[in-house]
Amino acid sequence: MKETILNPLFKGNPISVLVLGICSSLAVTVELKGALVMALSVTIVTGLSSLVCSLIRKSIPNRVRIIIQLVVVALMVILVDQFLKAFAYTIDKQLSVYIGLIITNCIVMGRIEAFALGNKPIPSLVDGLMNGLGYGMILVIVAFFRELLGSGTILGFDVLNRFGYVNNGLVILPPMALIILGCIIWVQRAIQKDLQEK
Amino acid sequence: MNTNNNVYTVIYTTVVCVLVAAVLAFVSQSLKPRQEANEKAETISQILAAAQFDCAQMSNDEIIAFYKENIASSKLVDAEGKTTDELDMASAEVYSVSDLKKQNYNIKDGSKLADATLPVYVFNNGITVIPVYGAGLWGPVWGYVAFESDLETIKGAYFDHSGETPGLGGKIKDDPAFREAFAGKKAIFGEGNPFNIVKGGAPAEMENGIDAITGATMTSKGVEDAINVWFEAYRPYLLAGAQAEAIEAEEAAECTEAIEAEEAAECTEAIEAEEAAESTEAIEAEAAEESNGSNKEE
Repeated sequence: MKETILNPLFKGNPISVLVLGICSSLAVTVELKGALVMALSVTIVTGLSSLVCSLIRKSIPNRVRIIIQLVVVALMVILVDQFLKAFAYTIDKQLSVYIGLIITNCIVMGRIEAFALGNKPIPSLVDGLMNGLGYGMILVIVAFFRELLGSGTILGFDVLNRFGYVNNGLVILPPMALIILGCIIWVQRAIQKDLQEK
Repeated sequence: MNTNNNVYTVIYTTVVCVLVAAVLAFVSQSLKPRQEANEKAETISQILAAAQFDCAQMSNDEIIAFYKENIASSKLVDAEGKTTDELDMASAEVYSVSDLKKQNYNIKDGSKLADATLPVYVFNNGITVIPVYGAGLWGPVWGYVAFESDLETIKGAYFDHSGETPGLGGKIKDDPAFREAFAGKKAIFGEGNPFNIVKGGAPAEMENGIDAITGATMTSKGVEDAINVWFEAYRPYLLAGAQAEAIEAEEAAECTEAIEAEEAAECTEAIEAEEAAESTEAIEAEAAEESNGSNKEE
């Protein structure tokens, strides 16, 4: 159980080790607020869809299991989108396209295939939630640097601009997210040497 | 149980799909009023923001109450500037973004120009707000432009978009400097565009132009086109309003002159009267002194 909780955060982090979900981590990390909501949404979606898929895992016909998983994931994503539209409208507007794209986020399907279909509901729920958090953690780190260096703000509050900082346009564009991501992966592999490939 | 059986597979997928559809339909229906209220409140808050009312911290209900308090008239005009219909003020009826999209088709396609019904929001303090709608780089851009009571000078503007790049095209919404640049500029219906967003910077003496956003040429161009297409559609209304205002101003000026002349006349009279009174007194006093003096001598 301890491994289920800690593994997705560090040793088996979905972004920095499994290299899943790169697309959305490039797209929604311009501002910290968006990244936080995206992290939360993905956590809820992976958690709930892992739970539901694990509950029905014994009844799913093997030949159509991917389709059933997709239906469950899509259901969760649309629910999250609908609730955001009703209760956090401004944030939903900022994220709407990417919320829809959670369906195609490899982390969700990956965890269902790899974990939820072979485990009991509670561990599956925990695994889904922790993978969402592991994803969110990287997202927040990347967004922190991109908002700080790209707009000079943190969560919309002026941090660097008051010292005469000139915003760096490159940081706002997706390539910089990839560079920061690369740096994170580099740092992590420098610390955890067993992750290095020969 | 054999879960790989064909009949089982078909039944299973059908049941799952029906269940999921039922859940979605239920959630969608129960959240719909809230979602629509959010959209409407946002539209109204953008109209208010364009008219330079501060409503950033207000809740949905407060925004609608504030709008009702300050709106003088909300109406629909056609492309000839005539009022065709009223929007219901009691329910704070406004044109949503999808309504603007429909009108955008009418305006852009010349043959349907007669079908256009364009919203105009006039506030108690004389500010008139009109919407604009067009295509940005990645999706639609829309916004609201507020005019002073002369319907020529721009008081302020607010823009929104559905998917412009954050930090670049997104600045039409997020960068206050872009919005603030509109204040004090004018829509000029003459040669060229009524309004310009100039790449590389608008000359300081240009009355109807502002700077484009660096790195967002296409979005700036989209906003400029949206403004010009819609300004052209509102042209008869705006010009008629501007003329009415000019006549009023002239009358007001005449009136002021008349009043001033009258006041001046009164004033002169009063001064003269005062002076006359003073001099009379002085003479009398002198006369009295003299008579006193003559008494002592005796």
